[in-house]
Amino acid sequence: MNPIAFLARLGRTALAGLSAVGRAALFALRAFSHMVRPPYYPREFLQALLNIGWLSLPVVGLTAIFTGGALALQIYAGGARFNAEAVVPQIVAIGMVRELGPVLVGLMIAARVTSSIAAEIATMKVTEQIDALVTLSTHPMKYLVAPRVLAALITVPVLVGVGDIIGIMGGYTVAVQNLGFNSAAYLKNTVDFLEPLDIISSLTKGAAFGTIAAMMGCYYGMQSGRGAQGVGRATKGSVESAAVLILAANFVLTGVFFSL
Amino acid sequence: MIRMENVRKAFDDNHVLNGMNLEIAKGTSMVIIGGSGTGKSVALKSVLGLIQPDSGEIYVDGRPSGSGDRDKFLARFGMLFQGGALFDSLPVWQNVAFRLLRGALKRPAEEAREIAIEKLRRVGLKANVADRLPAELSGGMQKRVGLARAIAAEPEIIFFDEPTTGLDPIMSGVINDLIREIVVEMGATAMTITHDMTSVRAIADNVAMLHDGVIQWTGQVGDMDQSGDPYMEQFIHGRAEGPIEAVR
Repeated sequence: MNPIAFLARLGRTALAGLSAVGRAALFALRAFSHMVRPPYYPREFLQALLNIGWLSLPVVGLTAIFTGGALALQIYAGGARFNAEAVVPQIVAIGMVRELGPVLVGLMIAARVTSSIAAEIATMKVTEQIDALVTLSTHPMKYLVAPRVLAALITVPVLVGVGDIIGIMGGYTVAVQNLGFNSAAYLKNTVDFLEPLDIISSLTKGAAFGTIAAMMGCYYGMQSGRGAQGVGRATKGSVESAAVLILAANFVLTGVFFSL
Repeated sequence: MIRMENVRKAFDDNHVLNGMNLEIAKGTSMVIIGGSGTGKSVALKSVLGLIQPDSGEIYVDGRPSGSGDRDKFLARFGMLFQGGALFDSLPVWQNVAFRLLRGALKRPAEEAREIAIEKLRRVGLKANVADRLPAELSGGMQKRVGLARAIAAEPEIIFFDEPTTGLDPIMSGVINDLIREIVVEMGATAMTITHDMTSVRAIADNVAMLHDGVIQWTGQVGDMDQSGDPYMEQFIHGRAEGPIEAVR
């Protein structure tokens, strides 16, 4: 290939990428600005709280309990290689609270909530419901985006907290039932080992991941192309972007909390 | 009065409006006809500010479209969308009363519901439809609900985007009659886009033919058949041969 043509193609790709990042960033800024300015739509906010928070509890609970149980078995098996089986409660606690709880809940929310928001808003766009909102003097950013992002910002940390507890209890159940740990000692070790910063880091990650998940769903939904293909692309793109951004944000936030 | 002056709009290389000029007098019903993809919907959405023209001016009662308070501006309009565009998650009455349940025109829920039921009756639907979801209604009923929503706040200007598309001839006739009655009864200014000539004859005072992004002919509906305009004649009679190239 001609080197100039190759460079031109590379440049166009880089520009397109930067332009997409810029559009998403501007969208996020607009969403936040609409969140703090009236009018507010409490009914839509409560509906979003229910959908994102309450209805995600089963999938979050199941993910956390199985992960906590598997983690306890892995740590026990790994610890046994150098006679450190006793660290199971501490490592399960720190592993769930600092890392696995927020990341798994974030990814579950990306799969469940981001896809659903993107598909719903994209369908509304394709069927002219977004245009109808505008003609009815209702700003789509305020009515559709702000309530969902705010609800995710509030509920996902709670889900992460619940996931952390259920994950720890999954590890506890396996450790006590299968690995012969003492119940009271396990719980005491868990509680003694966790520090406030671990919990703060977990909940902060939850808030960040929830915001990313809802924002990507709304962004891709609002940018959707025409027809069923447009809705499909928006849904796929939203979940991919949310998952990648959640993992990237996890790396950044872990670095930040590691340095504190 | 609505006035469009030299309005242009392109989507990438696709030049949809190429200097469109049109005037709609207050209290009259203007129907814009033209083939698919000729920019009828773009013209209509440009007046509402749903699409920003690249150049040209649009005036509503002498003021640039969308100037001033946007909510007040939009409160003057009602619109019936091609597919109804009803909100799936809301029952019928909340769709109809959407504007009356929030924002500047907000009323108590009971009052809004009563108005919604009254408007549903106006378009020939029974009160028991009010609590159903849009997905439970037929296409014709959805159009009627869309029409009830468009008139719920008694707007001065009503837009109808392909009001009879997808309906059987009898239901199309019902919708045409309703549109005509309601527009006359409310004294509203109406702008309709369609390619259904039966609709045109039923609801129009004036007709404009849009092709290649410009108005090719405009006049009273009674003059349509003797327009002498080759575009109009080809379109009215549905001929394949003529200045409008049929995409095969």
